[in-house]
Order: sequence, then structure tokens, then C-alpha cells
Amino acid sequence: MIEFITVSKLYPGGTLAVDEFSLVIPAHKTVVLVGSSGCGKTTLLRMINRMEAPTGGSIEIDGEDISKTNPVSLRRRIGYVMQNSGLLPHRKVVDNIATVPLLEGMNRSRARVLALELMETVGLEANLADRYPSQLSGGQQQRVGVARGLATDPNILLMDEPFGAVDPIVRSDLQLELLRLQRELGKTVVFVTHDIDEAFLLGDEVVILEKGAQIAQKGSPEQILARPASEFVADFVGTRKGKRRLSLSSQPADKAGEFVVVDGTGRPAGVLELEPGELLGAASKARSVSDKTAQAGDA
Amino acid sequence: MQWLWENRDLVGGLLLQHVALSVPPIIASLLVCIPLGRLANRFRLTRGLILGFFGLLFTIPSLALFVTLPAILGTKILDPINVEVALTIYAAAIMVRGAADAYASVSREVLQSAKAVGYSSGSRFWKVELPLAGPVLLANLRVVSVTTVSLLSVGALVANGGLGYLFTNGYQRAFPTEIVIGIVLTLLIALIFDQILVAIGRLLMPWEKATRSPSTSLQRVEVG
Repeated sequence: MIEFITVSKLYPGGTLAVDEFSLVIPAHKTVVLVGSSGCGKTTLLRMINRMEAPTGGSIEIDGEDISKTNPVSLRRRIGYVMQNSGLLPHRKVVDNIATVPLLEGMNRSRARVLALELMETVGLEANLADRYPSQLSGGQQQRVGVARGLATDPNILLMDEPFGAVDPIVRSDLQLELLRLQRELGKTVVFVTHDIDEAFLLGDEVVILEKGAQIAQKGSPEQILARPASEFVADFVGTRKGKRRLSLSSQPADKAGEFVVVDGTGRPAGVLELEPGELLGAASKARSVSDKTAQAGDA
Repeated sequence: MQWLWENRDLVGGLLLQHVALSVPPIIASLLVCIPLGRLANRFRLTRGLILGFFGLLFTIPSLALFVTLPAILGTKILDPINVEVALTIYAAAIMVRGAADAYASVSREVLQSAKAVGYSSGSRFWKVELPLAGPVLLANLRVVSVTTVSLLSVGALVANGGLGYLFTNGYQRAFPTEIVIGIVLTLLIALIFDQILVAIGRLLMPWEKATRSPSTSLQRVEVG
């Protein structure tokens, strides 16, 4: 469990990046911090492993105030995956994955075995083991980054827009892979993104942030869609006029019980299937249905 | 050729002396510039001070330096230490800017990420920053190596010049063969030193070659 207690971050220039932020991140869940750039989400993430120091408040991991821990050993027991992978360009894939175990003094042959295991876990071919990062594709580098984050089997995994720089198809692969991994491993994942689709796909809990890391709303994706707390949230998730504002189109579908659905801009979003019993008042009901069904159809 | 054969002991001795005298300044300048370049790259103030100071050192005429160094160091005028110190100063003057550039060439993102996964600042310098500065450091060290080998000849004017002796002696005797042999052998040393440095670089930085080859093959594909 990670707990932010009225945490603030005031930069020397006078920017208040984080203003009295409080949040409890439960263990073994994926919590996604989502917001536009400059909302302080990355600052929040980097405060968990003390890459940034709060100027006010405190952060506790399992009840222990992290400002009293040694930052280097703290970072070694927290997995960290970042955009553009952040791999060491002069180390082979296996050595990159085993970075922390090697720093902790694990011998090279054991580290190699561990790294090869992790490569399998994240879906990398073993023949990439002795390549350098520059010889891999962007998606492969990101997988190596995830494997490195898992190398010490940490309880906590911090992910800072890890799939932001790869193309959409690879990104969607990596997202599904992360979901599978998380089902198996059950880490406490803190995931930062500006992409609400990614947040809703990956998050058990989604925290929508405004400027200064003010919490606009937090809850499960369903809760947020069902009861957006403000116009800001409704706009951000797209249930006011955007792609999640779905309505029935005038175009009838061929099959009985199916309706074409369009989004807030009038573009067709998918097909809605209703049981005969649900037909009554379908129009009013369809208005509040999230496009989760449409998304599932895409995937 | 016959002159060379008859004087092989003299020339061989001068060759060895040349090698022995040019190696220490090259190594010393590297050792001095590894920390100085790091410091110069760290703060704007130190960068200005260090680069400015060494830039100034480089403008001192070499002969003046040979003559004044004994007074400063308290050595005899013909002591080889004088030449060594003078050459180290010039080598470092060239090297320090390159070293600062070498550290500047290391991606900040990689350094940040190394810190984030748990490198202490000491291990991060030795295992990440210095190796990644290596390619640019090496490129500058190659320049320093060639410069030092050729500049050493000037030391012949104060009796410690290795192959430089062949220049002064050949000039005094108006005997061009001797001068040409001196030039060829100096070039040869410079060339061999350079190849040794390249080989050391390949050994210590295997990722460089691996990293470069796919991009060149890519370029070839684009051209073809």
C-alpha cells in the first residue's frame, strides 16, 4: 500500500506542480494516474521512488515514511519502467534486465538465468539476449524495460507512460501483455498516462488529475463513466460530446435486436445488441451505455 | 637506407626513447581530464574556468615553456621531466574540451533512468556515465596521441626529443636522408599508437560496433 499524505511539490521557479495531494493506493491493484501534460502526474510517480522530493507532506509505503529510507535501496526494491525504455545502451539485453540483481552482487551466470526467465515472462525471444538495446525494435525495448522492472520481483511497479512512444498496434499488444502479467503477478502498479483509453483499459482504479495534481475524480472506470464528478471529467473521458457519448443511429441494423450506435461527433461507433426484453426504452438506455462494448468488439 | 643500417643502434635507441617519452603525457592527460572534463560539464562556472584556463595554457609558446619549466619545477634544464610536463600540459589543453564534450554526449535520460533503477552516484559514474562518454573520449585521445607524438620532436631542442634529434642533426649536417627517416618513423609511431587506441576502444566498448553496424546497413539500403 502506498499512501500520499497532503503531498505538495513547489519547484524553485515558483511552480506548484502538486498541491496537497492525498491518495491511498491499495496493494496488488493497478492504479492509473491520468491527466493532460503538466498536471503533475509524473511528479507524483517520481516522488514514490524519491527521484523527486516533496516540499510538503509525506509518502508512506506499507506505513513506512519513505523520506527516512535510503533512496538507493528504496529504488532498488521498486520496479520502474519509463517511456523510451531508459535502457543502458552499452549493456546487452540480459545485463540490462539483470541491472539491479547485478548491482546487488548476484553472480553473472545466475543473473543470466534470471534474465532469460524474465525474457520469457514478458514474451521476448531468447535469441535477443545478447543484443544491445539499439538493435531492438521500440516494442522489444519496452518489453526489456518491463522485464528489468520485474527483475527483483518488487512489490511495487511504477510505470511512467511506458507505451507512449511505440506505434498503436504495438502499444495495444503491450497493454494486453501487461494485463496478462498483472493477472499472474498481482503487483501494486502505479501507471501514469495521458491517454484515457489506456487508463480505462488497464486501471482497476483511475485517478483523473487536473492542474496541480488536484483529483478531479477517482474510481473504477465504470464508476467514472456512470457518474462523472464534473464537466471537466465528462469532457476528459468523452461522455459529454466525445467518443464515449453514444446514441442510436437512424440506420437500422439487419439483425433483430441490434442497433447501430454513433458517438458524440456522429461517427459510427459500433453495434449494440439488446435482449428482446431490454428493447423497451432501448433508446434511453443506450444513451448511458459506455462504449466498453464497442472497445471489446475492436479488440 | 645504408645510412639507416649503419646507424641502426642510434635510430633504434631514438625510436624507443620517442615511444617512451610520448606515452606518459598521453596517459597523464587522459587521467587529468577524466575528472576535469566531468567537472567542466557539471556547472557553467567550472566549464568557463577550466576551458578558459586550458585554452590559455595552449597559447604558451612551446620553447618558452621548455625554458621556464625548470625554474618552476626546480629541475635541471636537460631533465626529461620538463618535456614530459610540457607535453602533458598541451595534451590536457586539447583533451579537456573533448572530455567535457564527451560527458555532454551522454544522454541525460539514460543517466536519470540509471538513477531511478538504483545506481548510487558513484557506481553510476563508473558503470554508466564514463563508459558512455568513452567513444568521444577515445576520439579526442586519438587526436592527443598524434599531436603528442609529433610535438615531442620539439624536445630535441632541449636534448630530449627522441626522433627529433634526427631533424636537428640532419639539419645541421645538411643531410636530408636523416630528416626523412625521422619523419617517416615519427609518422609510423603515430599510426601504430592510433591503431592501438582503436583496438583498445573495440575491446572496451563492444556496443559501439554493434550499434553502428545496423544503422550503416540501413543507410546502404536507403542509398541502394
